[in-house]
Amino acid sequence: MTGNFDPGQKDHLVSALVRDEPRVLTRITSLFGRRGYNIRSLSVGSTEHPGLSRMTFVVTGDRGVVEQAMRQLEKLHDVVKIIDHSLEKFVDRELVLVKVAITPESRVEVRQIAEDFRARIVDVGRHALTFEVTGDEGKITAFIEQMRSFGIIETMRTGRVALTRGSNADIPSHVYHEGETETLRPVVEAAEPRETKAGGVPNLF
Amino acid sequence: MTQTELTGAKALWATLSAHGITTVFGYPGGAIMPVYDALTFYPEVRHVLARHEQGAIHAAEGWAKATGEIGVCLATSGPGATNLVTGLADAMLDSVPILAITGNVARHLMGTDAFQEADITGITLPITKHNYVVRDVEELPRVIAEAIRIARSGRPGPVLVDIPKDIQLAPYHGEITAPHARPEIPAPKPEAIEKARELLQDAKKPVIMVGGGSLDAAAEITALARAWDIPVITTLMGLGSFPSSDPLWLGMPGMHGSVAANRAISEADVLLGIGLRFDDRVTGRVNGFAPNASIIHVDLDAAEIGKIVRTHVPVRGDARVAAQMLAEGAQKLDLPEWREKIAEWKTRTQEPDHWGAGYAVKAVVDRLRPDDILSSDVGQHQMLAAQLARFERPRRWINSGGLGTMGFGFPAAIGAGMAEPGVRSIVIAGDGGFQMTAQELATLKKYDVRNVKICIINNSFLGMVRQWQELFHEKRYSEVYLGDSNPDFLKLADAYGVPAYRADCAEELPEAIDAWLNDPKSSLLEIVVPNEHGVFPMVPSGASLSEMIETEPPRPTPGIEKNTAAEEAKNA
Repeated sequence: MTGNFDPGQKDHLVSALVRDEPRVLTRITSLFGRRGYNIRSLSVGSTEHPGLSRMTFVVTGDRGVVEQAMRQLEKLHDVVKIIDHSLEKFVDRELVLVKVAITPESRVEVRQIAEDFRARIVDVGRHALTFEVTGDEGKITAFIEQMRSFGIIETMRTGRVALTRGSNADIPSHVYHEGETETLRPVVEAAEPRETKAGGVPNLF
Repeated sequence: MTQTELTGAKALWATLSAHGITTVFGYPGGAIMPVYDALTFYPEVRHVLARHEQGAIHAAEGWAKATGEIGVCLATSGPGATNLVTGLADAMLDSVPILAITGNVARHLMGTDAFQEADITGITLPITKHNYVVRDVEELPRVIAEAIRIARSGRPGPVLVDIPKDIQLAPYHGEITAPHARPEIPAPKPEAIEKARELLQDAKKPVIMVGGGSLDAAAEITALARAWDIPVITTLMGLGSFPSSDPLWLGMPGMHGSVAANRAISEADVLLGIGLRFDDRVTGRVNGFAPNASIIHVDLDAAEIGKIVRTHVPVRGDARVAAQMLAEGAQKLDLPEWREKIAEWKTRTQEPDHWGAGYAVKAVVDRLRPDDILSSDVGQHQMLAAQLARFERPRRWINSGGLGTMGFGFPAAIGAGMAEPGVRSIVIAGDGGFQMTAQELATLKKYDVRNVKICIINNSFLGMVRQWQELFHEKRYSEVYLGDSNPDFLKLADAYGVPAYRADCAEELPEAIDAWLNDPKSSLLEIVVPNEHGVFPMVPSGASLSEMIETEPPRPTPGIEKNTAAEEAKNA
């Protein structure tokens, strides 16, 4: 799935490349907690670079809150780069395990729906099937909704992971990036439309 | 000594020495003993034994604030390390470069709740710029060098390095890491400067406001202000970044700011903020702050821009370069109406004319020489000193701005005095705050520090709390009376071998100040003042700057509260 993130949306998808050192996760989550930013999901894993991990998190808040959070994050010594996925095209995925209750009557129907979603069966029980579904958030949510009527016993979601599209592995950090941002856009120009240039206001950083 | 004889502890001292660290403030204990043992091999580093780790780190802060160089402190594990916490939080909020080194229990004991074990890196995570546990002795010099670089670079701050005891003892085989070059501070973007310049050119009521981040750009900012002929406000942390003697200076903004500064902010159409973070004590109610102004914010730290106030022109980068760029091609603005208004506001400054804390503080700060370092503790005397003292250059005013740490002033003055033995290091403290770190009188005596001059403004109360209780809690003076249990400060000083003087009234004051300042040793002056004095102007908490109370409300029966409160305290 692809997407261009809507900056007005309440959830913001952000990735951070961080040094793989003790306490990095604590340092980052404590920063979020202390400053009152809400993390809706968080995934961490190693990268192609030894010593670097990648985190993807979904932060809830308005654009200004998210930008402030990103700038606070980038100040941390452990944080090498911040990528705001709302500014690039990106691919994202989430993996979920869903354990669905089945009866002899529902068994076939459940399997059929799962097939439509390309969900894999990873465990077969007498009274339950466990599915693995990979996809973007919408697909996973739709799958869970479909299964709800049969009885969901439990679910486990990994949280979203994301990469920018294309071959630009080395895009610059988005905190001091060249593009337009909300809080750093000069308000003067917004107030005086005659000065606004076509194609947006330059970021002054 | 050959390289093979080095241990972790010796490698630590060798690295500090290679970085030009000459003085370390600290306190030994079990888990840092190998480091103290190794110290005996490095006579080029002076260790200053404080009487409490909090005293050690505040002294290191005083050193750093006076010189702009890194302050270093040392403590053992557990309680030693946790005693640094207040100082670390203080240094974090005031952007002071500090290297704190703590010992910890040996690696195999870590995580077992061993004797004097505390997870100090966990504890200090949110109040340090960065922190480390050294788990490999071969990493130690590299970590120390990196910690120093982080503490000093960009927006400075405290960095803690925790070293387990077995690492201190382990043999070290590597080289000693040389100092990192200071990373270059990014220059502001020319487009941003251009935008700012356009705003200034069209301004009818411009004002420049500078904070603690502009201390090293004082000369450039002064030139900038004079080139445009724009009035300058210096925050509590920025005092000295612009000469007080310049007619363009409007004083300090905020809760206890001057009438001129706060009115100018409230009416300004362009506010150029340099190296400040719009603290709530500066802004008052944020949506009432500079309501008519387009705000240009110059700051090194991108996270500060737009954090509190809306910013019209963000300028990220070096304050010095930004000020230079903004001054280029400047022409004096012709703004007679604005000048007239400001001149009128400036006449509304009231000098304390009757006996009280303000009178006493004024008498002391009037004796300051341009080179003198003035430290303060936290409270009424701090605000009075900030209002009344005049600074011609930066790094002569040392106080705890962000954290408001009582007990800060006296040890900070010792640190500053040791950093600059040739100048007087004067501290103004209250009777409350002084007692939080009074044991550092021993440090004064031990090192025969001769240039530290302690002034205690004794009003027998936690004065600032009392003022708030008076204004906002209907004079219920809950637990703020100290007069019934304060020590005899002269005897206290005498017990530590520090000469002391006292003044009880305006008549005695000049002579007492003379005797105190002329004493060749470090000395203490207690000034006993009536306790009902408040600090004004004042912007009540949560109000906007335009709602400032300019002068002290009239008191129907001066002195009555003192007696009642004192009686109540005695009868309780």
